[in-house]
Amino acid sequence: MTALLRMSGVRKTYDTGAIQVEALRGIDLDVAEGDFVAIMGPSGSGKSTLMHILGCLDVPSAGTYELDGVDVSQMTETDLAEVRNRRIGFVFQQFNLLPSMTALRNVELPLVYAGVGKAERHERALDALGRVGLAERVHHRPGELSGGQQQRVSVARALVTDPALLLADEPTGNLDSVSTRDVLDLFHSLHDAGRTIVLITHEAEVAEEAHRVVRITDGLLSEGAHPEGAGAHA
Amino acid sequence: MSWSETFRTAIEALLGRRMRSLLTMLGILIGIAAVMLTVGLGEGARHQITAEINKLGSNLLIVMPGSLSGGSAAAPGASSLTLADAALLSDPAVAPDVAGVAPVMGTRVSVQRGTESWSSTTTGTTVDWTDVRGRALVDGRFFTEVEQASAAQVAVLGPTVAGHLFEDSPAVGQEIVMSGQTFLVVGVLESVGANAMSNDDDLVVLPITTVAQRLVPPAMAGGLQSIYVAARDDASISSAHQQITRALTVNHGTTSADQDFSIMTFQALLTAMDTMTGVLTTLLAGLAGISLVVGGIGVMNIMLVSVTERVREIGLRKALGATPALIRRQFLVEAGILGLLGGALGVLLGITGALILTPLLDLQVTVSLPATALALAVSLGIGIIAGTYPASRAANLPPIDALRSDR
Repeated sequence: MTALLRMSGVRKTYDTGAIQVEALRGIDLDVAEGDFVAIMGPSGSGKSTLMHILGCLDVPSAGTYELDGVDVSQMTETDLAEVRNRRIGFVFQQFNLLPSMTALRNVELPLVYAGVGKAERHERALDALGRVGLAERVHHRPGELSGGQQQRVSVARALVTDPALLLADEPTGNLDSVSTRDVLDLFHSLHDAGRTIVLITHEAEVAEEAHRVVRITDGLLSEGAHPEGAGAHA
Repeated sequence: MSWSETFRTAIEALLGRRMRSLLTMLGILIGIAAVMLTVGLGEGARHQITAEINKLGSNLLIVMPGSLSGGSAAAPGASSLTLADAALLSDPAVAPDVAGVAPVMGTRVSVQRGTESWSSTTTGTTVDWTDVRGRALVDGRFFTEVEQASAAQVAVLGPTVAGHLFEDSPAVGQEIVMSGQTFLVVGVLESVGANAMSNDDDLVVLPITTVAQRLVPPAMAGGLQSIYVAARDDASISSAHQQITRALTVNHGTTSADQDFSIMTFQALLTAMDTMTGVLTTLLAGLAGISLVVGGIGVMNIMLVSVTERVREIGLRKALGATPALIRRQFLVEAGILGLLGGALGVLLGITGALILTPLLDLQVTVSLPATALALAVSLGIGIIAGTYPASRAANLPPIDALRSDR
């Protein structure tokens, strides 16, 4: 399998004036296409910083990061915006849906920024919502949906551009156990369909769902063997 | 992202905060309405003044005895202008740009009819007076050359005089008494209305010969109060002015230094009034314009608040692929819509105000199409300028700051 993303020697230093904080101290990480990787770590470990750089929301202070064969470590914000739009689908802990818009229009949003025409946008958003099992709820606003349903909408939004990477940041952090199971099952089926998924979490049970677990402590990675071995949920 | 999507998003954002959007527009709304009304009032006043002066005759020159600059004062009671001067100015060889001359010899007089009495002024003049002053009659006729030659005791009444002495009954054919002598009323003048400068309706017009022989003391009979001169048209006013000056200076044997007459034109008055109302309008519009600036600052304020409130939304949009340029455009369009809509409502308020004020002030409050277009353009501009800084802030917001979940 070819590497979809490759980080080498990635460092991130925050300059807070008096002191410099090294959030990432040399990260090397390869994620193969079709892999399902969990990045685990307690708060303050650099987990969020790593997620930001993986998601092209921020650039490393040093080192290189290639995503889908493109070096994104030196890109401008405008170019990064396009990379995020075309290659990455985000799923956030807080769902981050726009409350004034229906599920359908929330899912259409990335396509709006991609410049996709109205009719095609509509069709693709409906299709994505169908894939997460929300075909019946497309005209509901986020406030009219349960937490689990809202997170499915955001998964649909992440999928609608057909991105190379699905990046989920604590996707179950705000969900009850039933909805958590629900969303994790959705991830499994997406993985089975060939999606590359990177899941960031601090919960061991959630991390165990992945086929590969990477731990981050004090800005450094350590590969942890999967307790039950790869393919346990296949 | 297409422009139509940008507009749709902006309109949805504004509709989502309806009350606030309306209040934000209020500053620009009031500013635009105030500017439109001031300019409209100024324009209306200017038109009214121009119309009144034109009614007096924009091609009219008034030659008066004595120098305005105070050079040589004529002896009290005696006028430096004579009928000979008037005759000279009527000669096309002397003053080719003069179309008509009407000398005026006047005095204050008490006009009586039976027990009714009214104090007015007499205007002793020639038959050309109606043409030179542009006056018409509502009833009867003006006096004739024959009556003028024979100093006949005939009178043409101004509408004010006729109204006071005869009320609603016809004056023509009736008799009035002035200085103990009886005069036959042959006509009544059409009203031109009173204005700030004179009341041209309160007068009795008589042949100049009649006034000279019967109404003024013999010592004053030779002198004229003024000579009204009509230039051929508005354009020949200044050449007529020069011709009159030259002819009278030569005739009086004076030089320009001790000139014993002065010439007034309404053209000069018109220009002066025009400048004055123009300056006043600009000043008031400038004051009203300050409220527009304040309105713009209001838009900027609210847009800044909006950016702060929508940090998460901005972050999300960025994560989903919105470039800084698109975010900037989004907020600029929102501010522009606020400005333009505020301006449009202001224009509506201005037009309503003009419709209400026009009958109330008896002054045509003008709202012109170019002024409206300008007002809309200005309000759009103010919105966009006010939105520039907030839009920049939104565009430059780092996506990770904007996405932090603890907000």
